[in-house]
Amino acid sequence: MYGLAMVKGLLVTLKNLTRKPFTIQYPEERAEQHPRFRGEEFVWYEERCTGCASCAKYCPLGIIKIVTSPSETALPQGDKYRLEVFDIELQRCMFCGLCVEACPYDALFMGSGFEQGQYSRQDMVITIDQLRQAEKHPSTWFRPQLEGYAGEPGESRRQPAATEGESRLTYNPRGGPPLGWREVGRESWRWHRREKAGMRLETGPTAPQQTPATGAGGETAGEVPGKDDTIDDMTAGKP
Amino acid sequence: MTIRTEPMTVNVGPQHPSTHGVFRVRITFDGEEIVEVEPVFGYLHRGTEKLAEERNYVQIVTLTDRLDYTSSMINNQAYCLAVEKLLGVEPPPRAKYLRTLTAELQRIASHLIAVGFFVQELGALGTPLMYGFRSRERILELFEMLCGARITVSYMRPGGVFADAPREFWPALDRFLSDFPGEFAEMEQLLLENEILMVRTRGVSPLPPEIAVNSSVSGPVLRASGVNWDWRKQEPYDAYDAVEFDVPVGANWDNYDRFWVRMQEVHQSLRIINQCVAQIEPGPVRLDLPLVLRPAAGREAYGRVEASKGELGFYLVSDGGIAPYRCKIRSPSLINLTVIEHLLLGWKLADMIVSLGSVDINMGEVDR
Repeated sequence: MYGLAMVKGLLVTLKNLTRKPFTIQYPEERAEQHPRFRGEEFVWYEERCTGCASCAKYCPLGIIKIVTSPSETALPQGDKYRLEVFDIELQRCMFCGLCVEACPYDALFMGSGFEQGQYSRQDMVITIDQLRQAEKHPSTWFRPQLEGYAGEPGESRRQPAATEGESRLTYNPRGGPPLGWREVGRESWRWHRREKAGMRLETGPTAPQQTPATGAGGETAGEVPGKDDTIDDMTAGKP
Repeated sequence: MTIRTEPMTVNVGPQHPSTHGVFRVRITFDGEEIVEVEPVFGYLHRGTEKLAEERNYVQIVTLTDRLDYTSSMINNQAYCLAVEKLLGVEPPPRAKYLRTLTAELQRIASHLIAVGFFVQELGALGTPLMYGFRSRERILELFEMLCGARITVSYMRPGGVFADAPREFWPALDRFLSDFPGEFAEMEQLLLENEILMVRTRGVSPLPPEIAVNSSVSGPVLRASGVNWDWRKQEPYDAYDAVEFDVPVGANWDNYDRFWVRMQEVHQSLRIINQCVAQIEPGPVRLDLPLVLRPAAGREAYGRVEASKGELGFYLVSDGGIAPYRCKIRSPSLINLTVIEHLLLGWKLADMIVSLGSVDINMGEVDR
């Protein structure tokens, strides 16, 4: 009775003979890349970076090296450091994107490329000059403002599958022109979470029971009231 | 007259093409029969537990991706559950549903690989495996949409998931849910009642339930041995108490049952996903936790999930610092490997790799 198995198997083979191949021929054709794709070519906006090194502290591998010196210019919103070194050792990077998550000023974005082979390890280190001159094609990883969210959390909830236009990608990192720091926008703090790197747990009506249970940051809770407004003032200047 | 044979020791691995990763096993054969088995671990040891002791609680999420790299989402989930127990917090309901949904998608992907490689080790070179990979690719694309990576997802965070699903995710998930049952039915037509497969695997390497329970085996291997034990049912975490599903249990304890249980679990996973999609409500997806978590000193927690390979647990001890004092990982693949001697002794050389494939080990998780 081995014959029946053979016939059944061959039926599946026949079905697949008439189908289009599922694979694509990579260098000529390219797969659709999703806007959240975490890739190489970190996008860094020097205008926003204060040199706080949150990204370097939050990197699980410690591959970001930042050297700063105090700057003489006092900006209206506060002072910032002058950056001398901003090295990202790309050969050890695992593209987890935690540096982007940690950045409190939306100065660092994940890139969207994946084709940066180099012949030597030294070339794999992204220096500050490369970061300055690179074409900025930021990924939307942890930057929901690029995804065009309507605003409130949960707004991007389940959409009916019938609408064809919705299934189209809204933002294509590789397709469009490079984005400047004014275009990429700021993440509104109302969308996600009220605190980012460097800030402690806030005791408010949104998170009533966490502080006693965690013991996390209880000692500095309530230190940052009204921080939200300051940040919104900073975003007010964007076009 | 009988031919006198001498026992012969053969070294399989650590880079034998048909083993799962860098697994090495020293086997002594008497003729074609296996008389001695000695597995050798440690070729992929990266010291994950030690690395976790010097990273903060969110950074460890990236390490868990690399344990069982065919089911990263479930690893994330297990770790995040452990940290949430440690902190005494609970994620928002939408995050629970998103976690359940992605974990079940990942379970399908993992089982497709397991089944594909199991059949490949029987000699079906490539074809069923590639059918499995074709469907798995769709799942990985969904993951890329969700979190920007396909394998090393790092999607979940203590206190929820890192961000809500993007708009285009839901139509894409619907397309997957409408296409996949057809693709999987094709695989079932090819494999499930296939005589060649049944002749090779029926009754081969049975694992009695007593030995399975005594060896702490878990997951599909345990259920194939006739024990109805699934942590999703026994101790529902995330949204599993809100969904309905069955636990397939094998009756013959053999290689075929281990394969069959995985095929059935894919159907149950699909059921869970469909219910999640129907039940999910809008809302926040992440708790307002600080980026650097500091659980109270002296607290300890064990978070466990039913991973695609068995019970995956993280045992965390806090000393009040930003990194855990100790992070013990109970990986299902390692514990499931301990019964390999029972499975192999007395069976033939040709069944060895098949039995190994039916246990579905992943060396990233065995050696950690």
